Amino acid sequence: MKLIVEQLLNGLTIGSFYSLIALGYSMVYGVMKLINFAHGDFFTFGSYLGYTLLVMGTAFATSTLGVWGGMIAAMLVAAIGSGTLGILVERIAYRPIYPTGRLPAVVSALGASIFIQNSIMVIWGARPHAYTSEVVPDYIMNIFGLRINLLQIIILALSFFLMGVLYYVIQKTTFGAAIRASALDRETAALMGINIKLIIFFIFALGPALGGTAGVMVGIYYRKISFIMGWNYGLKAFTATILGGIGNIHGAMIGGLILGVLEMLGSTYVSTAYKDVFVFLVLILVLIFRPTGILGEKIAEKV
Amino acid sequence: MMVNSENRKANKFNTKGNWFVIIVIVSFLLFPLVIKNDYIIDVAFFFGIYTLLGLSLNIVLGEVGLFDLGHMGFAAIGAYTTAILNTTFGIPVLVLIPVSAIAAAIFAYLVCSPIIHLKGDYLCIVTIGMGEIIRLTLLNNPFGLTGGPNGVFGICFPSIGNLLVIDSCVKFYYYIWIIIGLTVIALIRLQNSRIGRAWNYVREDVIAAEASGIDVRYYKLLAFVIGAALAGVAGNIYATKLMIVSPESFTFMESCLLFCIVLIGGMGSIPGVFIGAAAISFFPEIFQAFAQYRMLIFGAVMVIMMMFRPGGAWPRQRGKIQTESIIIRAEKSEI
Repeated sequence: MKLIVEQLLNGLTIGSFYSLIALGYSMVYGVMKLINFAHGDFFTFGSYLGYTLLVMGTAFATSTLGVWGGMIAAMLVAAIGSGTLGILVERIAYRPIYPTGRLPAVVSALGASIFIQNSIMVIWGARPHAYTSEVVPDYIMNIFGLRINLLQIIILALSFFLMGVLYYVIQKTTFGAAIRASALDRETAALMGINIKLIIFFIFALGPALGGTAGVMVGIYYRKISFIMGWNYGLKAFTATILGGIGNIHGAMIGGLILGVLEMLGSTYVSTAYKDVFVFLVLILVLIFRPTGILGEKIAEKV
Repeated sequence: MMVNSENRKANKFNTKGNWFVIIVIVSFLLFPLVIKNDYIIDVAFFFGIYTLLGLSLNIVLGEVGLFDLGHMGFAAIGAYTTAILNTTFGIPVLVLIPVSAIAAAIFAYLVCSPIIHLKGDYLCIVTIGMGEIIRLTLLNNPFGLTGGPNGVFGICFPSIGNLLVIDSCVKFYYYIWIIIGLTVIALIRLQNSRIGRAWNYVREDVIAAEASGIDVRYYKLLAFVIGAALAGVAGNIYATKLMIVSPESFTFMESCLLFCIVLIGGMGSIPGVFIGAAAISFFPEIFQAFAQYRMLIFGAVMVIMMMFRPGGAWPRQRGKIQTESIIIRAEKSEI
C-alpha cells in the first residue's frame, strides 16, 4: 500500500513535467499544425539557464534570496529565457518556411533542434551538470509513515497551479477564445478580426516558457541535467500529447499525467528495463481503438 | 494512347538524361580506383548505406506520404536477424539477405496492419513508438539473444565459398553500390507501374483514390512491407560491414536523419535521395575541422536549406499538369 502511494506520487510528479512540456507541443500544434521538434530543447535550455543562475558566483542567487527565492528566481529566468528563445526560433526557423507546407517545417524544426542542442553543448560543455545540494537541499518528511520529499510536493503544487492558470486563460478569457478559434480554423479566425500574429507570438512565448520552468523542476527533482535530455523528455511529452488528443489543452495535461503514472506503475509492477516499452505499447493500443487519442474529438473527413 | 504518351515521355527523358546517368555511373565505378584512401572509401560506403535506407524510406514517405519516424526499427530487425542467425547457426551472410528482408517485411506487416488506418501525425507517433519498442527490447536482451547494450559481434564477411570474400573497403564499396544500382532499377520500374501510380494517387488525395477504386489500405501496407524489406537488406549489409550490431545504431535520431534525407532530396525523388544521403554522410566529414561546431552548423544548414528549397534539392519531375509543388498539394489533401 505504501509502495503504491509513493509510486503514484512519483508518477504524478514525472507526469506533471510531461504535462507542462506537452502543453507547448499541443498549443503550437493546435494553431500551426506543426510538430515542434525543437520544443524538447527549449526545455533543456531552461534547465541550463536555471542551473547557471543557481551556481553562478558561488550560489549568489541562493545566498541573497534564500533557498526558495533562488529556486523561484531560477524558474523565472528559465521561463523568460526559454520564452525568448521560442520567439526567436519561430521568427527565424518557422515563419519563413511555414507557407510552403508542413513537411519542410518539420525538417526545419529538426534542424533547429540539432542547432540548439549543440549550442548548449558548446556553451556549457558535453558533461552532465548537477543541481548541487547547497542550492537545492532535501526536506524529507514523514507523513503517515510515508517518506516524502517536500520539494516533490512543491513541484507538484506549482505545476498544477501553472496548468490551472493556463487552463483558465485558454478556456475562460476572450484571448483564450481567440486562441481556440485560430486552432479550429486559422483563416476564418483571421477573417473575424483575430490577430493571428499575436496569437502565434503568444503560444511561442508561453509554450517554451512552461517547458523551461519544467526544465528547472526536473533539475531540482533529479538533480542531474544533460544537454541531450531534451530528446527523451520531448519524445515522452509528444507521446503524452497524442495520448491525450493533440490540439486541446486538457488532453495534453491529462495525457502527461497518465503517461507519468503508467511509467511508474510499469517500472514497479512490470519491469524497470521495460517501462518505456510498456508506455509505448499502451499508447499504440489506445490509438488502435481511439485513433484521435483519449480526449480527441472525431474530425470529419473533408474532400 | 496512355502507353504512347508514356513512351514518348520516357524517350525524352532518355535523350536528355542519358549522358548524365552514364557519367554518374562511371564516376561511381572509377571512384575507388582514383582515390586510394581507405577512409574516404569507407565514408562513401556509409553514404551507400544511407542511400539504401533513404530509398527504403522514400517508398513509404515519398511515394505514399506516410509519416514514418521509426524506420530504423526495420533496419534493426534485418541487422539482428543476420547477426543472430550468422553467429549461432553459421548461415552464410549472403543467404541471409533475403531472410533479413523477409523477416523485416513480415514484422512490418504484423505491426502495421492494425495501425495503418491512423492519419498523419498519429501514424507518426505510433511509428516512433514502434522504433523505440524495438530498440529498447534489443537493449534488454530478450532470451539472451541480442546481447543487450553490447550487441551481437563476430558476424562473418559476405562470401561465395572461397571464391570471393568481401573483406576490404574497396570490395565493400562495390558490393553496396552494385546492390543500390539494382535497387534503383527496380524502384524506377516500380514508380512507373500500376502500383507506383496507385501510391502517388493515395499520397495526393486519399479520398479521391478510394473513390476511384484503389484499395488504400492494401497499397499503404504494401509500401510499408516493401520499404521494410529494403531496410532489412540495408541492415544486413550494415551488420556485415561493422561485424557488430548494437542498439545504439538504431536510435530515434537516426530515424529522424532518414526522414531528413528524403525531405532534403525531395519527396519521392530517387536522385533526391542520393543528394540527401550525400548531405547527411559527407557534411560531418567536410566540417570535421570545426569539431564540436559541426553539428551546430549542420542544424543551421537544414533550416536555411528549407528556406530556399522547400521542395527539396532535386524534386520529382512531374507532368505538365502537376507542376505545382507536391508538398503544398500534400498539405491540402489532409495527410
